[in-house]
Amino acid sequence: MNARLIALVIAFAALVTLPFWVSGVYYINVSTQILFYAIFALGLNVLVGYAGLVSLGHAGLFGIAAYATGYMLQIGAGHTVAILVALIAGVASMAVFAVLSLRSTGIGFIMITLALGEILWGLAYRWISLTGGDNGISVHGRPAPLGFSMASPTHFFYVALIVFLLSVVMVAVFVRSPFGAALRGTRDQPRRMNALGYHVWMIRFYACLFSGLLTSVAGILFVYYNQFISPQTLSLTSSAEVLLMVISGGPGTLLGPIVGATLVVVVKTVVSGFIERWNFLLGAIFVAIVILMPEGLVPGTVRLWRLAWRKRAPSAAVLPAKAEPAP
Amino acid sequence: MSALTVTRLCKAFEGLHVTTNVNLNVEPGERRLIIGPNGAGKTTLFNLITGELTPDSGSVQLFGRDITKTPSRQRPHLGMARTYQIITLFPRDTIIHNVSLALLGLSPARWNPITDIKHQGHLVERAREALERVGLAHLAERPLAQTSYGERRRVEIAMALAQNPKVLLLDEPFAGLSIDERRDVHKCLMAIPRDVTMVMIEHNMDVALEFAERITLLHFGEVIVEGTRAEVVDNPRTREVYLGH
Repeated sequence: MNARLIALVIAFAALVTLPFWVSGVYYINVSTQILFYAIFALGLNVLVGYAGLVSLGHAGLFGIAAYATGYMLQIGAGHTVAILVALIAGVASMAVFAVLSLRSTGIGFIMITLALGEILWGLAYRWISLTGGDNGISVHGRPAPLGFSMASPTHFFYVALIVFLLSVVMVAVFVRSPFGAALRGTRDQPRRMNALGYHVWMIRFYACLFSGLLTSVAGILFVYYNQFISPQTLSLTSSAEVLLMVISGGPGTLLGPIVGATLVVVVKTVVSGFIERWNFLLGAIFVAIVILMPEGLVPGTVRLWRLAWRKRAPSAAVLPAKAEPAP
Repeated sequence: MSALTVTRLCKAFEGLHVTTNVNLNVEPGERRLIIGPNGAGKTTLFNLITGELTPDSGSVQLFGRDITKTPSRQRPHLGMARTYQIITLFPRDTIIHNVSLALLGLSPARWNPITDIKHQGHLVERAREALERVGLAHLAERPLAQTSYGERRRVEIAMALAQNPKVLLLDEPFAGLSIDERRDVHKCLMAIPRDVTMVMIEHNMDVALEFAERITLLHFGEVIVEGTRAEVVDNPRTREVYLGH
């Protein structure tokens, strides 16, 4: 059994048994938040890390899925219908986002997604008949699939965990697939990919849809967790926050966004209870990451680990380094 | 039927004419050399042929089929491949992954989001065959970042050959190579079978003349001399604009 598999088994066991070894409901709730924000970050990472497209409007898509769930429940639809409508609304909105923003890459893509995100945020505030404006939409009750109630924090944690694990598997499969390889190719050498016969625009478009799907899933979990959605969720700050999760953890890696989401949620929820100026601390952490590990925490740690290992065993330095991305 | 026919091709950038009424007729299996001083419009001509640039007027035909309006991404599917003057590869990946990407570009499997790319056995096998043709099979698993400039040139050629092209456009394949590396690349090119028509831009006349059967001399975007190797080399205009007196 190799080291990676052992680490996976330990991580899985730790997650499954988490409600038994953390003290109190509060930390279970924090863990649930980490899980759905990690799904959100994984979704954004499909674009930022694997497609090289930085979006600053993803909170808008996250909010659309959350609002769609809330609205459907408010008008009396069942949970299944509400979730399906939310997924369709989220992915369809991402399709519109993609058609408009994929006209450009780099700074152009960032600015278009930022503008679209701001439009959605404005709509959430002003389209009061649909969104409730400042008051938002409250959601009463959580689904109970096959009689399994999600009412308790522990039960909701397990549902979030299952969805999270499914999302991780989906991203892992996607990244290793031929389509994932093509997507990374469009990130590194779009011109070359075009000359090799790839439809670069279409590859990016499909990647956007996949990213939109994961973002919508996270939005649905968010609204069921909080049982409330307001325009604040769609703000630029929220988009920037999830982007920081991806960048701090390590874009283009599977583990990076999860680590980034853990860092941000823990500082925001747990550390903020002890340190009044937690924003300052979070900012300082990001600055430190950018200076010390510009590639992100996960690839940076792997790099330092390899460096330390080579120093300990100089003969290892002659071995060819693997070209595979960090986990 | 000609392999590649370019008819009265024109391109201007904001009034600057970089290609003016260029005609080119390359027969199947021919080895054609395009020469000309810097700024003559050689790479622009390649970009127009491959569709990376849209011509202002004129047409491009591939084996009799008009491809002037065919998107550049579809031209490799019709049998056209190219290499770049500035090496354009995927430095984060291994050599074999680079060549596999070239193969995947023509395969419907490129849309597959589920199966592991490592399980596409036939792709890996064909990529290895292409690497063997350029003498790099023993370095297949090496990360591209750990290869020499000459090896990267050969990877570029392997990627083009992997696509089994009918027409291969080579943009200065000997640029920046040492004598040994030049010899290796030359060996690769000479081993390419006759069913591949080759058009090459090159400044290094020692190796290029050995390769060429017919030569086209471009100057300020116009074809000023065309003919067999001997005809072009002996032409006074060639000496005047390119070879020097």
